[in-house]
Amino acid sequence: METYSFLREFADSWMLLFLFVFFLAIVAWVFRPGSTKEYRDTADIPFRHDDKPATDKEARP
Amino acid sequence: MVNYFKLIVLGLITLFAMMAANFARDLAYMVHAWIIMAVSFGLFIWTLRGMGKTVLHPQDEYMDGVVRYGVVATAFWGVVGFLVGVVIAFQLAFPVLNFEWAQGFANFGRLRPLHTSAVIFAFGGNALLATSFYVVQRTSAARLWGGNLAWFVFWGYQLFIVLAATGYLLGGTQSKEYAEPEWYVDLWLTVVWVAYLAVFLGTVIKRKEPHIYVANWFYLSFIVTVAMLHVVNNLTIPVSIWGSKSVIVWAGVQDAMVQWWYGHNAVGFFLTAGFLGMMYYFIPKQAERPVFSYKLSIIHFWALIFLYIWAGPHHLHYTALPDWASTLGMVFSIILWMPSWGGMINGLMTLSGAWDKLRTDPVIRMMVISVGFYGMSTFEGPMMSIRAVNSLSHYTDWTIGHVHSGALGWNGMITFGALYYLVPVLWKRERLYSLQLVSWHFWLATIGIVLYAASMWVTGIMEGLMWREVDANGFLVNSFADTVAAKFPMYVVRGLGGVMFLAGALIMCYNLWMTVRKAPAKDASLSVAVPAE
Repeated sequence: METYSFLREFADSWMLLFLFVFFLAIVAWVFRPGSTKEYRDTADIPFRHDDKPATDKEARP
Repeated sequence: MVNYFKLIVLGLITLFAMMAANFARDLAYMVHAWIIMAVSFGLFIWTLRGMGKTVLHPQDEYMDGVVRYGVVATAFWGVVGFLVGVVIAFQLAFPVLNFEWAQGFANFGRLRPLHTSAVIFAFGGNALLATSFYVVQRTSAARLWGGNLAWFVFWGYQLFIVLAATGYLLGGTQSKEYAEPEWYVDLWLTVVWVAYLAVFLGTVIKRKEPHIYVANWFYLSFIVTVAMLHVVNNLTIPVSIWGSKSVIVWAGVQDAMVQWWYGHNAVGFFLTAGFLGMMYYFIPKQAERPVFSYKLSIIHFWALIFLYIWAGPHHLHYTALPDWASTLGMVFSIILWMPSWGGMINGLMTLSGAWDKLRTDPVIRMMVISVGFYGMSTFEGPMMSIRAVNSLSHYTDWTIGHVHSGALGWNGMITFGALYYLVPVLWKRERLYSLQLVSWHFWLATIGIVLYAASMWVTGIMEGLMWREVDANGFLVNSFADTVAAKFPMYVVRGLGGVMFLAGALIMCYNLWMTVRKAPAKDASLSVAVPAE
């Protein structure tokens, strides 16, 4: 099979499937149990260290 | 030791640039050789005089000097880009403005790429550099990685802008839209961009927060994707190392496809993903509320980057590109409407519970209208990508109107909002000099965009219909010159819209300047001292 045909077939079969499943997995992962609480904390990041970097003591695990 | 190495390299570059100026085969290359010679010789002297001095990089302070320079550069290049835009708008309306004495340098064909690159890469690019350096530090709670590398990125990028701009005026262009700079300028941008990636990624890696805030995901995707697009679309072979001319390795329809894969993703990742990074930081900060839905922001990110990269072929309907490819581009463009509007809703709803701020705070009004324009142009874009609509809209001024409602409305307004937020913070001022002037800027810019977009809709659809009009015998009714004559009033209105947008930007520059000069300083106890860098 010539390269073009091979890449065409690969792109619209296995690669398409992989990317689509990857995307669905991300959506499922976003809605995992406990994510709401975690994301509430993450969404507050812009409000924490306005004036200077965090020291090692302040760094969060 | 490092400085000796720098001196040797700078000396060699100066020498090489001298030879290049001597052997130059064309004017653009020769002028560039002179510019590079002057810059590298200046740096040589500067390095020599700075021998033995060490620059401190205290890890308990943010590196804001480079952000301040970026803010100034954004405002400066913004005004330059808008001014050139106004000039070429009136050149289209009044061709006599293509002065005879400036033929070959300042006629429409030479100034047009200067305008597009000045607003996208100089104004937008500096806005992205400055805000990404600011945001990645604050959301990582860490100083920029790499010491002076951030300064190299800033000044290297300015050199790229100067080389690109002078190249266009002198005819050094490879004629690829939004990728006009010739081979050596492309190589230089690649070096700068790799350094940019290193600084950004280095800072993210040494972050003190467990999570990478969503704005940084958008900025990172912008940096990585632009690197990929830039390299693939600029794979050229120079005709001679002493000349600016080069030949692209792609041929025919492959070249067209690569170009529009690049071109559309320049919109998608430079003008959308990067600026969404701005949106996800500055709207929550200005509204003093966290983003409406962090879950939506993650889905927004992955959906946007997974879909955008395939949308390019919609620029090549009814060409030699196979139908399946242009259909693919069209379908992905339409699906793309969903994440775009998801992001718009996320930005707008961040204000839920704080809508009263729209009445009192013109800066947040600016950010909200920018998200509104984002929503509007991401609806218009998918619609125009549909093959049937495209058969009417393509090659007409409708496209130009669409681009400007996105660029002036979305990119311009969110950048202005970010600048109004950043200047008081970076120069430790309590507030902006005048909110009234922000309101003036807001209304001038908004009415300017409305005039621009509305006149381009009218003239675009009109010329599209005139081009396809046939009489009973199947002959075309209108000549091309007929459409040009019919467009005159709309061209004048468009030019006036541009004048208003430019006037607003000048008011902003005055306001920001006076904020630094006159606005009361922030209480010293609230902030660290301005580092002397």
